[in-house]
Amino acid sequence: MKLASLLLAGMLALSPHIHAANDAADPLESARWGDMRKEFFGDQTVVFDTRVEVTAPLTAENPMNVPVAVNAAALPDVREVVVFADFNPIVRILEFTPGAAEASLAFRIKLQQSSPVRAAARTGDGVWHVGGTWVTTTGGGCTVPSTGSASPEWQSRLNEVNGRMWSRQGQGERVRLRIIHPMDTGLAPSVPAFHIESLVLADEKTELMTIRTFEPVSENPLFTIDLAPGTDPARIRVTGRDNNGNRINAWVTR
Amino acid sequence: MGDAMMRHLRTLAAVSLMLVTALIAAADFDYGLSPRQVAEDTWVVVGRNEDFSFENGGNIVNSAFIVTSEGVVVIDSGPSRRFGEQLRAAIARITDQPILRVLNTHHHPDHFLGNQAFPAASLAALAGTIEGIRRDGESFNENMYRLAGDWMLGTEVTVPGQDIEPGPLTVGEHRLELLALDGHTGTDLAVFDRTTGVLFAGDLLFHDRAPTTPHANIPRWLASIAVLEALPVKVLVPGHGAPTTGSEPISQTRNWLEWLQQTIRSGAESGLDLTEMLDRPLPADEARLAVSAAEYRRSLSHLYPAAEQQALEHGAAGHAH
Repeated sequence: MKLASLLLAGMLALSPHIHAANDAADPLESARWGDMRKEFFGDQTVVFDTRVEVTAPLTAENPMNVPVAVNAAALPDVREVVVFADFNPIVRILEFTPGAAEASLAFRIKLQQSSPVRAAARTGDGVWHVGGTWVTTTGGGCTVPSTGSASPEWQSRLNEVNGRMWSRQGQGERVRLRIIHPMDTGLAPSVPAFHIESLVLADEKTELMTIRTFEPVSENPLFTIDLAPGTDPARIRVTGRDNNGNRINAWVTR
Repeated sequence: MGDAMMRHLRTLAAVSLMLVTALIAAADFDYGLSPRQVAEDTWVVVGRNEDFSFENGGNIVNSAFIVTSEGVVVIDSGPSRRFGEQLRAAIARITDQPILRVLNTHHHPDHFLGNQAFPAASLAALAGTIEGIRRDGESFNENMYRLAGDWMLGTEVTVPGQDIEPGPLTVGEHRLELLALDGHTGTDLAVFDRTTGVLFAGDLLFHDRAPTTPHANIPRWLASIAVLEALPVKVLVPGHGAPTTGSEPISQTRNWLEWLQQTIRSGAESGLDLTEMLDRPLPADEARLAVSAAEYRRSLSHLYPAAEQQALEHGAAGHAH
């Protein structure tokens, strides 16, 4: 088993995009990489791979709302993508499973301090491909209560979905959607964790993408999803729920 | 002792000397304020067209003063206690007149954190600005410590005790007009001296520097610029950038805001993600302004979410039944 994974790593190392991930090799030189590797991947094969692109500003103006885009569409056969930030008090940010959608997703996160933000894409052969970028921030994004938790207004709009679709000129559709939710982390004094846990996007026939979200996703989460060319749904159904069992159920049309 | 050893010692001594020199220079915390006369009785201390840094100690802002027979009117007190003290000393080198009034044009830290150096009774601002300083002052002050370090030593938020009414105000022989405007923040004061024709625009106008937008409302801001443009101005003192007898601060600030508003609206309407917007290059006219790339990205963070929300709410999503 060990030999097999060594051989696999050796073969993978021939690709210009990747190199085997050991502690010394972390291109982001994070002191937490060893822990991240253990927590997320255990004994599985992990490679650093520039085909997994994580785009975020070098310096985050607002630590409550840091824009991040993950694009692993250059990899073949992506089964699952996990996004995490080494130095966040809650490191796991979200996970997504592309169905008929491309292996890319953009969203906003809360950062407590400067940290690498990484995405790991698992391909059909079981290998995790890791990319990432450092984001510098003044911090504090995880330990303040949401705006929503301080105002009664959101309660009447909880889990309301606003969404829209755009044509990407022959390259498939783009879907953007925003859900009203406080996404409280549970780390602010006397505000319990309250966040969306799961979202499923589907057209009439097939599942397009499944997203599992955790506390560090920003309040009123906004997602940008690109569908593969040829997928041309007239409307998309969004279903999901939060950790208190409240349901999300809406249609997004053009 | 060998030659090599001597060389090492000499290098060590030279490096130590450089370090000590650098420490002494920094320990001065001298902003080097040198007031520039822009009209009769009227002086401006011009800040650098930069971002806050350890290097500039927050000296990126214009402070101004008018010397009248009744006393000195100061417009904006700068980013720190040290700045306020040095501004006061610079004023005292020019006139024996006492400080009569210190006006804060708005509640951003570089415009009021020097208040501490002036007599408490002289501090005045519009009510909205006083409220803003009360609300955000402490977090601004903390943030300034992080950005400018020991330049900020001893700086405490000092809230103006006197709220001023907009309208005419005669001080000595100077007939001032206080204009209550908004758009850069929720409350922006501009001071027009009808006697000299000098307009102190606060941060409603920037010159050769990209405007900042953390509390901006662009349509309101553009309306305020139209009000300023209608005044018979001879000398224009922007909040940031060199004073001028020309009208460039008006055209530059307006063009930037209109371009920014259009870019943000069309980006959100065509479904672009914020990360895609951050990557876009600036047009040549906008790119010419100091700190333009950084301010564009900051502005996206401030203003893009609301534009996205508007674009999405116009889309047709509804609850499924």
